[in-house]
Amino acid sequence: MTSAPRDREIAVVAFAQTVHRRTSDELSEVEMLMPVLHEVLDSTGLKTADIDFTCSGSSDYLAGRAFSFTLALDGVGAWPPISESHVEMDGAWALYEAWTKLLTGDADTALVYAYGKSSPGSVRDVLTRQLDPYYVAPLWPDSVALAALQAQALIDAGDTDEPALAAVASRNRAAATTNPHAQLRGPVPQGDHLVQPLRTGDCSPIGDGAAAVILAAGDRARERCARPAWIRGIDHRIEAHGLGVRDLTDSPSTRLAAERAGAFERPVDTAELHAPFTAQEIVLRKALRLGEDVDVNPSGGALAANPIMATGLIRIGEAAARIHHGASDRALAHATSGPCLQQNLVAVLEGEPR
Amino acid sequence: MSAVLKAPLVVEFPFTRSLGPVQSAFLTGLRERVVLGVRTGDGRTLVPPVEYDPVTAEELHDLVEVAPTGTVTTWAWNPAPRRGQPLTTPFAWVLVRLDGADTALLHALDAPGPAAVHTGMPVRIRWAGERTGAITDIACFEPYDGRRAEPAGHTGEFEAPVTGIVAAARLDYTYSPGRAQTAYINALSGRRTMGERCPSCRKVYVPPRGACPTCGVATSEQVEVGPRGTVTTFCIVNIKAKNLDIEVPYVYAHIALDGAGLALHGRIGGIPYDEVRMGLRVEPVWTDGARYPDHYRPTGEPDADYDTYKELL
Amino acid sequence: MSKEPVAVVGIGQTRHVAARRDVSLAGLVREAARRALRDAELTWADIDAVVIGKAPDFFEGVMMPELYLADALGAVGKPMLRVHTAGSVGGSTALVAANLVAARVHTTVLTLAFEKQSESNAMWGLSLPIPFQQPLLAGAGGFFAPHIRAYMRRSGAPETVGALVAYKDRRNALKNPYAHLHEHDITLDKVMASPMLWDPIRYSETCPSSDGACAMILTDRAGAARAPRPPAWMLGGAMRSEPTLFAGKDFVSPQAGQDCAADVYRQAGITDPRREIDGAEIYVPFSWYEPMWLENLGFAGEGEGWKLTEAGVTELDGDLPVNMSGGVLSTNPIGASGMIRFAEAALQVRGQAGEHQVDGARRVLGHAYGGGSQFFSMWLVGDRPPDS
Repeated sequence: MTSAPRDREIAVVAFAQTVHRRTSDELSEVEMLMPVLHEVLDSTGLKTADIDFTCSGSSDYLAGRAFSFTLALDGVGAWPPISESHVEMDGAWALYEAWTKLLTGDADTALVYAYGKSSPGSVRDVLTRQLDPYYVAPLWPDSVALAALQAQALIDAGDTDEPALAAVASRNRAAATTNPHAQLRGPVPQGDHLVQPLRTGDCSPIGDGAAAVILAAGDRARERCARPAWIRGIDHRIEAHGLGVRDLTDSPSTRLAAERAGAFERPVDTAELHAPFTAQEIVLRKALRLGEDVDVNPSGGALAANPIMATGLIRIGEAAARIHHGASDRALAHATSGPCLQQNLVAVLEGEPR
Repeated sequence: MSAVLKAPLVVEFPFTRSLGPVQSAFLTGLRERVVLGVRTGDGRTLVPPVEYDPVTAEELHDLVEVAPTGTVTTWAWNPAPRRGQPLTTPFAWVLVRLDGADTALLHALDAPGPAAVHTGMPVRIRWAGERTGAITDIACFEPYDGRRAEPAGHTGEFEAPVTGIVAAARLDYTYSPGRAQTAYINALSGRRTMGERCPSCRKVYVPPRGACPTCGVATSEQVEVGPRGTVTTFCIVNIKAKNLDIEVPYVYAHIALDGAGLALHGRIGGIPYDEVRMGLRVEPVWTDGARYPDHYRPTGEPDADYDTYKELL
Repeated sequence: MSKEPVAVVGIGQTRHVAARRDVSLAGLVREAARRALRDAELTWADIDAVVIGKAPDFFEGVMMPELYLADALGAVGKPMLRVHTAGSVGGSTALVAANLVAARVHTTVLTLAFEKQSESNAMWGLSLPIPFQQPLLAGAGGFFAPHIRAYMRRSGAPETVGALVAYKDRRNALKNPYAHLHEHDITLDKVMASPMLWDPIRYSETCPSSDGACAMILTDRAGAARAPRPPAWMLGGAMRSEPTLFAGKDFVSPQAGQDCAADVYRQAGITDPRREIDGAEIYVPFSWYEPMWLENLGFAGEGEGWKLTEAGVTELDGDLPVNMSGGVLSTNPIGASGMIRFAEAALQVRGQAGEHQVDGARRVLGHAYGGGSQFFSMWLVGDRPPDS
């Protein structure tokens, strides 16, 4: 069982991200990432040497080379040597690891970053390598196909239809008009079916980007940020891998993570959801019991920019930034990984009363 | 700035996957046109049969035959099949619950168009003509209005079961090395080695990687280094590496080019392998059309003093 | 509030071999996990979270394989984390899991690391044909051999030291039923006579390529009190990283390794590691790394590590035994190799190491490293809880 409440307060105190683009082929990964690291440190006045723990998330398969994260470390300036770790997961889970490190009291500040370049490869095909290597991967079912199977299941269940999905797409991209980092901003045609029932507009754009967050504990957080985004709860859960054993219209792992993170104890005013496909936002809204009064994806969400491996961390960063700016008092951030929302993370962030 | 360098990068390997008993039985069954499921402790039948219960994590081994006919539980029309997918003409991806099973199997359905597909439609397996014991032994599903097939009660015992599969996987990338390495590579084509100096610690990085890794800042000031350098350390390679057409033994060395803040790697030639030593002074030998020096050879200068290169090993 | 003490109450590994053709990837990890659960006398339901690690995904050709392995590891409905810190990953994975307990996020965590090298070829995964780059001019050992030569130059160590390490580790492996290499007829002469592949590295001084997995159950004080067998207690743990290549980098004794060890000793209250530590499981992929790491870890002064090896101090019956299990030289499922070091250290202080047990081992170091000698993770485990 998970043990009793913990007494260390930890907050997101800064967030930075690239302007996400379809391709950044003129830059190496570290060249793309480094300005974001500088920006996030500068905004807190911290230097690399002030950071007690560093954790990152990225994927070798996306990059097409083994140990790709070792070169990204060049951008950190890891000298003298630093306390550092890496997850082969979205940066949201790197943040989770850093959060536990701060909870132990061994660190008061943490730098968390994530980056992903989808432009070098064919990301729909690359993601097939995540699937059961015996029964599924040999069929090469791409990520859009799997999301389309999920969307059709939702349509069959009466949970949505194509016009409703188009409305999700249009609402996210409309919100992105005020997000200078977004790749798709404003109206985007729904287009043809990519894999029916999903159209081009139902899918997140493919692109490159990076993001970074700084965590700090207690008074260190208050020193570095006028209004820290306190992590009131964070939890993540995984489901069975096989699509054929899951109810694709539901996301029990999201619901459980949200329960454990305390999301249902009081209403949130904002939610940043990591839904790379419109239909997945429908599933998540239901699992998270988000009403119409919640501002969902004010950044435009993954449908406006999806630098894979960083998209989940960006949700936490965007939610925190809303709290920093006073646009939210209690926000939920969600990240996902795996086919059809197999693994989900939920964080609940709060600002102190103004 | 010059044009962005790009080149194809193919990541391809025939992975050899051993199966374990449950997966072995299932895939061998497909070869024999028999579909097996696995029974869980609470009486569900999982198809395809997995090794561990997704709910209880218990190990599963109780194999039962199910029918090659079943029902579509969800579907998605794929108008543009991609490399490696089961059919080359437009098809539907389907999850199919086979008759006798409680869970669904992912595969392709051959149908004339999306209008011909719906959830709940009955389908049956179309077997591949040549079967080897792989998920692709099911060529695809096809619409089927006939009688439900009855499983024959197969126990999962087969002659000559398959115990492994070869899963060839190819991914195509377009690699671009970024700003700093592009400048380095372009300079190499003129047989010049250009490093970049860190604005903070003033060290010269060769090859430059875009950032000074100790200071975490961008490097940009171009500095030509070499062409001569010093062997700082080395090994004698006595084993022929795959894809390398170099006669053994040869010397693989770390070479600090004059002016560089760290050593790069190269082969030493023009001297018997057992006479190479730390401190040897060398220069590059280029061959036509090659991006990198073919090897480095002695310059004839006196050896460098250990203290001059001991930080550059 | 201070950290919760972390105890190791279950350890399991597979019998490491070149190719486990009888199991799937899931079957391999499951075997280690089941053994760890059995050792702890716990069931899947007792596990709160799973932390898994392995080296690059290209080795098995499965991207983020933990997604597929969730079912086999009983992780459905639970948190699952996947760590990747190059060769140090097995150690880092254990430390990430330990933090979950230390932070009181969970009480009982399964941590596991694996590699099934027979699914592909590690050298393929490590040398993908990246365009524009100078091709690697020497095989696996070619990366390490020049650094060993640099060590020999700096320390003045006699050429025989590497062979002594290999001879010792292969003999130790004979006492470890889980080790991959069991060379019953090993002699020092045979090691010395083995082919010089990457001079100064001989064939017998290199590590094998293995399929294997290692798992541990970590728990809190209350969990340890219920454990059926003596727990191992974590007295200190740390990770340190430095850049891959940089001007002034010391490949022979990287600063990150020294700093990491110093942090672990500080946490554990160790001031004289040579006297206060009873044994060490050190990540030694090529024999010469034993004397190099002995210096880096503070067991010997600079240039003095080889003297410990030569004097027999690191033998199983020496006064600082190193790699009692046979080490990486005898077993190398890459991603799991670091966790095996951590687990073998824990087995020693639990008194569960069987034939390769060091009598009275109370404090033992587990060490892992990876990348370009840049990522380090270590823990020190003891037979008593911290502050007791």
